[in-house]
Amino acid sequence: MTIKLGVPSKGRLMEKTFDWFGARGVTLTRTGSDREYAGAVDGADGVDLVLLSAGEIPRELAAGRIHLGVTGNDLIQEKLVQWDQKVEPVAPLGFGHANLIVAVPNCWVDVDTLDDLDGAAAAFRARHGFRMRIATKYHRLVRDYLRRGGVADYQLVDSQGATEGTVKNLTAEAIADITSTGETLRANHLKILDEPPVLESQATLFRSRRAEVTDQERADLRALINRLGV
Amino acid sequence: MAQDIPYKSRVRIEAEAICDGFVAAGAARFETDILLSAEVLLDLYGEDIRARAYVTTDPERGEMMLRPDFTVPVVQYHMEGDGFPASYTYFGEVFRKQEDHPDRRSEYMQVGYEEFGGANAAVSDAGMFGRFSEVLAPLSLRAATGDIGILIAMVRGLATTEDRRVALMRHIWRPARFTALVKRFAGLAPVPPSRAALLAAEAPLQDAGVMIGLRSEREIETRIDALRADASEPAMSSEMVNLITAVLSVSETCPNALEQLRDIAVDMPGLLPALDRFEARCDAMARCGVDVENLPFEASYGRTSMEYYDGFVFGFYSEARPDLPPVATGGRYDALTRRLGQGREIPAVGGVIRPDLVLDLGGLP
Repeated sequence: MTIKLGVPSKGRLMEKTFDWFGARGVTLTRTGSDREYAGAVDGADGVDLVLLSAGEIPRELAAGRIHLGVTGNDLIQEKLVQWDQKVEPVAPLGFGHANLIVAVPNCWVDVDTLDDLDGAAAAFRARHGFRMRIATKYHRLVRDYLRRGGVADYQLVDSQGATEGTVKNLTAEAIADITSTGETLRANHLKILDEPPVLESQATLFRSRRAEVTDQERADLRALINRLGV
Repeated sequence: MAQDIPYKSRVRIEAEAICDGFVAAGAARFETDILLSAEVLLDLYGEDIRARAYVTTDPERGEMMLRPDFTVPVVQYHMEGDGFPASYTYFGEVFRKQEDHPDRRSEYMQVGYEEFGGANAAVSDAGMFGRFSEVLAPLSLRAATGDIGILIAMVRGLATTEDRRVALMRHIWRPARFTALVKRFAGLAPVPPSRAALLAAEAPLQDAGVMIGLRSEREIETRIDALRADASEPAMSSEMVNLITAVLSVSETCPNALEQLRDIAVDMPGLLPALDRFEARCDAMARCGVDVENLPFEASYGRTSMEYYDGFVFGFYSEARPDLPPVATGGRYDALTRRLGQGREIPAVGGVIRPDLVLDLGGLP
């Protein structure tokens, strides 16, 4: 059997991952047509490349169906309960930097901290008769962050895309989303709260703590990690 | 041969026996759905309950929740009735996500006993606690008690602005946030630079840019006015902060706790009516045969549970198995009946026992 390495199947995340491995003497390539999700590994023995959606890699690692996987730690921590018992971060890859942040309309000149957000949420609920809506797809991380921050009288509403537009469209009062440069936020008249982010994320190589390995696979895994110098 | 009966059946037998005991004491049997409408529960408990309950969707009925407890359905049932005092008992499965404790069961049985409309709160509280103590006595559990009503009385009686009292009242159930607010009102926490700049600005909304979202300019102005008014108020005195800390740290046997709180009440007379109720409850408990002299009382007990208890609170814990959740919990929840009762309010006290844990600890004879 072989070591299975899960890598995002498209876009800049895939290219940068290929570059990172390539710089360390392990060449990852896609094989077949552009549309076929198959790949090859050159420079390491007994390793298979598995191309997956970045969002599925946490689940595959936790299930032990892949031994190694590249994904953001935002996805790992959102999707896996007690993530550190299921996967181990092997190396941060130095790209795909993004912060999970809470943002509110620029015009809320009275709101800059979580304390302010809580105060505004209390007044909002009293005035409008429902809890202040915060649009996000990172429900667990955001809920935990707001609970620790002592924010009450809010509700999370699910938004799987174009989250920055929800405030203008009146489907949410505030948002929690991933941002790298903040440009989209500014273009949508939003500002980031003046607080530590919910999470600082970057593309990271994770090892599954759940995948079973034979002696041969363990040796191959060690050889690969040595080769990568991490 | 008992070992051959499946575990879940044995839990059910344990539950039935406890429930039968409550029926013998005069309670009526109550049953309700497992699949409940999520709306009322979400409005009551907020986002926190999503982390703890299973929410699902029905194409026709919208968001539904697997029963996280029986309290809300039993209150609704009672309030739809004729309003006469009544007590109910029930048993059945409840469902809770265990993200922080994956080793704990997410589906388990509860046996409950709830009493509505008792004219004398002290007598009802004591009766409820006495009954639970009696049922659980063979397991030699450690009892914990507290009284959220004392904390509410403390906040209500604080010599400060109404806005500050309201803010503190909102966060009685979030201890860390409560302490942070006390520090801020006392001037003990630094003012964040953004707040200082806002308060110093001549016309803070001048550079607000495009107004977007449902929260209006008027609402923003209203909050700025409130922040300015608060900033011009004197800080809460350090004596008051010390008194609050003293109340929250009381952890003693009931008689000693009462004595300590009476000492504090010399400077905090707002506590007195709540302390009279505490004393009346202790007397009533003694008459029920509870060993009040040695019963622990913690003023902060029950603050981190879901925020519907507003008076007496209690729990029973296994000292031999500190890894287990409480075997039984309960308390007074008059405020919940007010919120669900559309203007009506009924005194209510109740509690639940986990028959699975009772069984794990050896079972009741």
